[in-house]
Amino acid sequence: MSDRPDFEKMNCPLPLTLHTTVQLAHGAGGRLSDELIDRLIRPRFANPELDRQEDQAVLEVPAGRLSFSTDTFVVSPLEFPGGDIGDLAVNGTVNDVAMAGAAPMALSVGLVLEEGLEIAVLERILDSMAKAAREAGVKLVTGDTKVVDKGSCDRMFINTSGVGMVRPGVALGADRIRPGDALLLSGTVADHGMAVMTVREGLSFHAGVRSDTCALNGLVGDLLDAAPGLRALRDPTRGGVATTLNEFARAAGVGIRIREDAVPVRTDVRAACELLGIDPLYVANEGKLIAAVPADQADAALAAARAHPRGRDAVILGEAVADHPGTVSVVTPLGAERILPMPVGEQLPRIC
Amino acid sequence: MKFLDEYRDPALARGLLDAIARTVTRPWTIMEICGGQTHSIMRHGLDQLLPPEITLVHGPGCPVCVTPLETLDRAMAVAAREGVIFTSFGDMLRVPGSDDDLFRVKSRGGDVRMVYSPLESLKLAQAHPDREVVFLAVGFETTAPGNAMALRQAVDLGLTNYSQIVSHVLVPPAMEAILGSPVNRVQGFLAAGHVCTIMGWEEYEPIAEKYKVPIVPTGFEPVDILQGILRTVEMLEQGVVGVDNRYQRAVERGGNPAARAVVDSVYEVCDKPWRGIGVIPGSGLRIRPELAAYDAEKKFRVTDLNPTEPEVCIAGEILQGLKKPPECPAFGTECTPLTPLGATMVSSEGACAAYHRYQRARS
Repeated sequence: MSDRPDFEKMNCPLPLTLHTTVQLAHGAGGRLSDELIDRLIRPRFANPELDRQEDQAVLEVPAGRLSFSTDTFVVSPLEFPGGDIGDLAVNGTVNDVAMAGAAPMALSVGLVLEEGLEIAVLERILDSMAKAAREAGVKLVTGDTKVVDKGSCDRMFINTSGVGMVRPGVALGADRIRPGDALLLSGTVADHGMAVMTVREGLSFHAGVRSDTCALNGLVGDLLDAAPGLRALRDPTRGGVATTLNEFARAAGVGIRIREDAVPVRTDVRAACELLGIDPLYVANEGKLIAAVPADQADAALAAARAHPRGRDAVILGEAVADHPGTVSVVTPLGAERILPMPVGEQLPRIC
Repeated sequence: MKFLDEYRDPALARGLLDAIARTVTRPWTIMEICGGQTHSIMRHGLDQLLPPEITLVHGPGCPVCVTPLETLDRAMAVAAREGVIFTSFGDMLRVPGSDDDLFRVKSRGGDVRMVYSPLESLKLAQAHPDREVVFLAVGFETTAPGNAMALRQAVDLGLTNYSQIVSHVLVPPAMEAILGSPVNRVQGFLAAGHVCTIMGWEEYEPIAEKYKVPIVPTGFEPVDILQGILRTVEMLEQGVVGVDNRYQRAVERGGNPAARAVVDSVYEVCDKPWRGIGVIPGSGLRIRPELAAYDAEKKFRVTDLNPTEPEVCIAGEILQGLKKPPECPAFGTECTPLTPLGATMVSSEGACAAYHRYQRARS
């Protein structure tokens, strides 16, 4: 071993490429961008459409009607009990597409990353997106990534858009609801919103509360099989069940009457709601649907929902009625009746 | 859920409703003091189920509603300042001041944050030593200990960047103001159960004697409220005067001495204006003079306050039990929870908001 410097092995120091946090250069379209996409994103989402590495995906589709939806996710914190912004973003759009009676097939993903976001967090969220897509049977076929200056977004925002073919012969819409229709709710309410609330700064109680985020396309398929006359489907996310029911009542020009004691709420969720003075009917869900079903198909729909793992706790919540059109009312356990209005103002922080 | 379902049990509630109907022989006007009780009565539809002889009027027990306009205007001026983190309970953010609310201050760049506990504001002060953290401390005797504890800890920790705007109010002087009014129609009271958990009920005994009324400390669930009403009606029918506790599982005669001691260590009793009602002697709390360094009113000199109430709003008469919300010409038209003219339309404990939320369909 010589003491003299070995110029043979000398080279210019390369810029650091193995980062632990997201850098502005990761979004600049150069080498770091490629690394982010090739190393972190594409392998996780791999499918033939994405692997073409073009600026768009080309999808083979049968003739028919396409359901198309988009949603943007800004939940804080990024990770919460039962889920994270990643599976939320996949399931949210899958569900919106499915609520037309469609089978979701492909999603696009737009990522907005804040400079300084830990790569480890990003990897966990990408893993969770890939897993959610696999479980829902959809492919993430095209995407885009932007990095913004520190302070320009809160760590990470995700937009997803999705498409799926509507089942032939199925036409759903809130305006189709008629007096007498039964309103089916697929399970417990308020799990997602309260899960996010409980991990917010200063609210460290009720560790057992978990988000219900999940894809509902399988359940939608079973409901359509069992109740082909299904009138309308909607997932009661932001604003909760109360908001969806009000949207139904207004769109159809019918009244809606539900029974308060029919609303399923998990005990720990209910305790958290009571403590914070929040009505669970106004809290977001990310894995539930409300279906309006003709009365003669209500039993079949309920049985089909309960036979599906994601509709195990399904109930008939109430019905559409001819009186008080455009308004939702609740019959209390004591037999009094009060209205269930649209929510006013901001009730909760960013939850989806 | 244990300790909740029992008190919402429909069979128990129906039994009490039947007992009330059997007991009552003539019209009685009963005031529930607390906005939480008003909310519960509306939410469970109890007012629809009571016999027609009983009129429930809704008291001034909504801290958001009675916070003076001047305090709100001052809070907004402080919240808008550079370097301030302004904290408050959620309901306060939407209460209209003279021409603004805290949400709008936030949208213009003010750092306004909703907290669920006053201790969260204290944590913010510790986490941001370079900022001034201000907490808007409102409420009745129930919330006073928590707010006082935050201030107490700030003092003990030697924090110099923490202060409070205090607008605390006390129930007994307000009850005296209502009973002493020449237009009073209240014949019996459901006293606010949670206030009594802190203060006990001994301070109501002289009021019951002086004005010859029954006062019944009452809880918040349907069965609690119906028990309170039943006992009040029994006392009215029998001409019994005095205090009879019907919230035994939470309230003792002397209240919670430890909580009262914390309050006394940082706050003192003062004369206090109530929004819509006016100044009631000895009805408020303020920061003790020796803790002036923690008094945001003194720390941030705000001048040019010119509080102006909307002319049409009848919140004052509603808070005194003289009128009900639907009697207001603006109710449900000009004044809604989205466009509130008065604080009673904002808070979930406000009588106007409770009526608007639960009763529009029937009116």
